[in-house]
Formats: sequence, structure tokens, C-alpha cells
Amino acid sequence: MEMMKEKKPEVNLGVKLGEISLQNPVIPASGCFGFGYEMNQYYPIDILGSISIKGTTLHPRFGNPLPRVAECNSGLINSVGLQNPGVDAVIDNELPRLREVFHQPIIANISGFSIDEYVECCRKMDVQQQVEIIELNVSCPNVHGGGISFGTDCSTLSSLVKEVRKVCSRPLYVKLSPNVTNIVSLAEAALNAGADGICLINTLLGMRIDIKTRRPIIANIMGGFSGPAILPIALRMVYQVRQAFPEIPIIGCGGVTSAADLIEMMLAGANAVEIGAANLINPYACKDIIDELPLLLENLGVENISDLKLN
Amino acid sequence: MKSIRQTLTIKENRQVTDKTWYMRLAGDVSAITAPGQFVNLQIPGKYLRRPISVHQAIAGAKEISILYDVAGEGTEILTKLGEGRKLDVLVGLGNGFSIPEEIEHPLLLGGGIGCAPLLQLGIDLLMAGKKPVAIFGFNTKKDIIPIYKRMSEIGIPSYIATVDGSAGTKGFVTDAIAEKNIQYDYFYGCGPTPMLKALCELPTPGQLSLECRMGCGFGVCMCCSLETAGGVKRICKDGPVFDKEDLIWK
Repeated sequence: MEMMKEKKPEVNLGVKLGEISLQNPVIPASGCFGFGYEMNQYYPIDILGSISIKGTTLHPRFGNPLPRVAECNSGLINSVGLQNPGVDAVIDNELPRLREVFHQPIIANISGFSIDEYVECCRKMDVQQQVEIIELNVSCPNVHGGGISFGTDCSTLSSLVKEVRKVCSRPLYVKLSPNVTNIVSLAEAALNAGADGICLINTLLGMRIDIKTRRPIIANIMGGFSGPAILPIALRMVYQVRQAFPEIPIIGCGGVTSAADLIEMMLAGANAVEIGAANLINPYACKDIIDELPLLLENLGVENISDLKLN
Repeated sequence: MKSIRQTLTIKENRQVTDKTWYMRLAGDVSAITAPGQFVNLQIPGKYLRRPISVHQAIAGAKEISILYDVAGEGTEILTKLGEGRKLDVLVGLGNGFSIPEEIEHPLLLGGGIGCAPLLQLGIDLLMAGKKPVAIFGFNTKKDIIPIYKRMSEIGIPSYIATVDGSAGTKGFVTDAIAEKNIQYDYFYGCGPTPMLKALCELPTPGQLSLECRMGCGFGVCMCCSLETAGGVKRICKDGPVFDKEDLIWK
């Protein structure tokens, strides 16, 4: 620690997601921060607003073959394939370790390949201490629906959210896929089916090809594109959903790398912000953003970060 | 809590073969605790970091060296960076090689750029009172990285094998073990996957260092997962060094 630390400006970083208060809007996104506790060796993770833990499925999954990652201009493509030890192991082994070092609300990110799987997974997560938000990853293919992603069809999404809602006593957030024509119609379908809030955006479906081998770099051929390159798309979609639904809680996500990006995301309409790819490049990304926010907000004349609004 | 993210300054960056470069980096590298660990370099203009094993990192020194092959755009950019240039580097990543107490005659086997981490390992083995021998394999004479000279200088008998027979033993490192009749009770290997697979057929226990495309390099993205005898592991965080018995070859 530096001995001569400058006095931090008096800026209130607290935000609210519906009824839930966060000490700041900074949330590591699912899949980019493990189960959180591993990161406590780099900085005290209790400074974070929340953590969206690694996407959990009902059964353990090894995920996709390697390579699972490819370089892109200002970003990366990943196709991990939801590797996770299954919801029971997460509850027994991972959540207790996270709770030891993290005392803020936890977001459980849930995935499935059928509505039943989502429902069972949610039923188990819903009763876990400190899990205060359930976040549905709806970018998985529905094996009973011809492999179409749950999050790209309004009626499929609606059916899923309705069923999960029945077993979910926590605030239910749907993490929308950007791979759609009209993001607002998907947000509307999720909200009408009972979602409390919207998180957006998940990764964009992308691809890279090795020109020497003439093969896709990712073993699974396609993967999710994320990183600073997608920030403008995420901002646009958050803005569109905020315009359509002025009151709902929104978690913005996509390409946020700096405190300035986070402020931009909140101006677009987000109440809190998930940080994904940036953590992979800089393990201190979330800490750096939290450290930088007070001075930047003070320079912008903002006393409460939750007051940020587009003019 | 010490930061693993450090600014290191390039002290030297020179070509040693057609495709291999040698770089020295100065700065706080105290997070490095074992041979076989790696650093993750931020390369200007590239998004993902590039994981590269540590060639030499003497305890207490404020400098490391690395060897890297020019394999694509990222490493091509790296060759253009001159002395004095500062790099954003994550240091001390992964679990490196360990030295079991009971071994006496470890055999070090490097293939191509995989010979890089074996220099520091050789030094540590000597300091631990072991009697290492090394064999380095390359495709052809012009690919030979001069590490074997350095190893010989510090007192580690070192041999060469080339696939085309243009230098040393013709064939693979395993052919050189037989030709030179090398006696050993343990082995350490680093190199291309087919070589590592072949090394797992050797009669003694040993450790192997794996390589793959990585996302983060510190265990949170699950882009480098591996099914092992002990369950699913991350090459970057639980490895890159694994015991022979842990590896499952399909």
C-alpha cells in the first residue's frame, strides 16, 4: 500500500438494483472471474459491488475442446462451453469459499439446455445464502427446440422465464443475447414473463480463421466475441432498452474497460455494470475502475453515481 | 498484496535462430518462485496477452530472460521492440517444475522452443545437488537454439537430436537417450505435444510442461482446461507443469 495516499474525493458510489443496494456498480461478469475467491489473492474482492459467478448448469460439464480462445482486434472470441462442476458442487464447494472472502450480494448465473434444467438449477440456487440475484444466461441452445438459443426467440424466452419465475423467489434478471434483430422485443418478452430486471449484453457470435491452416481457430468453430470492440453495441442496446422501460433495473455489460466506459454505460441507462473481458487482460481491472471512479466523477461534477443520466 | 502486474523494461531483444528470439526484461520479477513458471506479455496492438515461459530468473535478481518463436502477428510485433521499451507483464504465473528429494540423475528433454524453461530448471537442479543431463531436439541444424552451449558451460552434459540428422543424433530426443545410453531416474520434458506424449512412455516418473492458447493466464476464464487423472485442471493455473501420471492421452 502507498503510504502517501491522496484523500479520496467524497463521491457516493452506491447504486441500487431494484431493492438491492450495492456499494458500487462494479460487477465482474460471469465467466471472467471464476468463482471469485481465486481473485482474492490479487486484491481484496470485498471492494466489489457484486460478483456474477461462473455460469452454472445442473450437471458438471467439461465444456468444449481446445482451442477455446482467439485474438481479435480490440477483443477476443471464446467458446468455453459452460465448463463448470455442476450446481451441487458449486453450492457445496465454491459458494462457501466465496462467502469466506466476499460479503456483498452474489449473482448466480444459471444456464441450461432445457427449460427443466434451468428450473432445477434455479430451484437449488434460489435458497443459497448470499445469492441475492439469479441471472439467466439465455444464450444456450435449447436442445428440445432444434438447438435455437433461448434468447433469440421471444416465445421461447417467454416460456423459459415463466417456468423459472415459478421457482425463483429472488430478483430474476435475464442476460440478453445481442444476436437478435430487435433487442427491445426480447427484453419485453422477458419482463412480461416475470423477469425483474435485464442484464445486457452477452457476447456476439463470431469467428476467426487461421489463414495458414485454413481452419477456424476456435475448435468449436464459432464463439462469443467480447472486449472493447463491442462497447458501442452494448451502449446502443442498453440505451434502447432503457428508453423502452424507464423504470426497470438494468445491468449493462459489454466492453467496459475503464471508469470512463462504466460512466458511459450508466449514462446509457445501466444501474450497475458488469466487467467481463477486461478482467482477463488485467486481473486488477475492476479494482482499477473502482479506484478511478471517485476522481473522475468529481471532475464531472457528480456527487452520486446513481444520479448519472443522459442529458 | 503484491501486484503480479509489473512494468518491465526490455534490456535486450535479439534473434538467435531464423525463428527464435532471446529477450531480457528488467523490473520487479520477485513473484517468480519456480522454474517452469511463465509470464504473460501485453503486446502493443494486441488484445490478449502472450504467455511465454521464463528462460532464466535467478532468485533475488531483478531481471528475467525469455526465448520466443515468431509464431504469428503478436510475436512478430515483439521482435520490433527495442531496448528501453516498457512492457506490461503479469509475472510468476502457473506452477513450475518441482524437484523431488529422492531423485539423483534427472534427464531434461526439450523440443524446439520447449527447451526455454529448462535452463533455469537445470541451474536449480545443480544447486539442489542433482546431476542433470539434457537433450534438446530440433527439426534441423539451423533451428538449434544455443541453450545447449549454455547448459554445458554450467556443467550439465547436453546433447542434440535433429529430426533430419543434420546435427547430433538423427531422430527425436528419445532416440538420443538410447544412442548416448543415458542413465536417469527422473525426467523433465517440455516441447510439442507429440513429443510429450512419447515422453510419457519413458520408464521413470517425470514432469511435463504443457502449452496452449490461453485467455487470462491466471485461472479464471477456463479457456485452457485439461482432463487429467486428478480431474479437470487449468493448464495456466494448475499447470503448466504436470506429473506424467496425471496426463491422459486420447
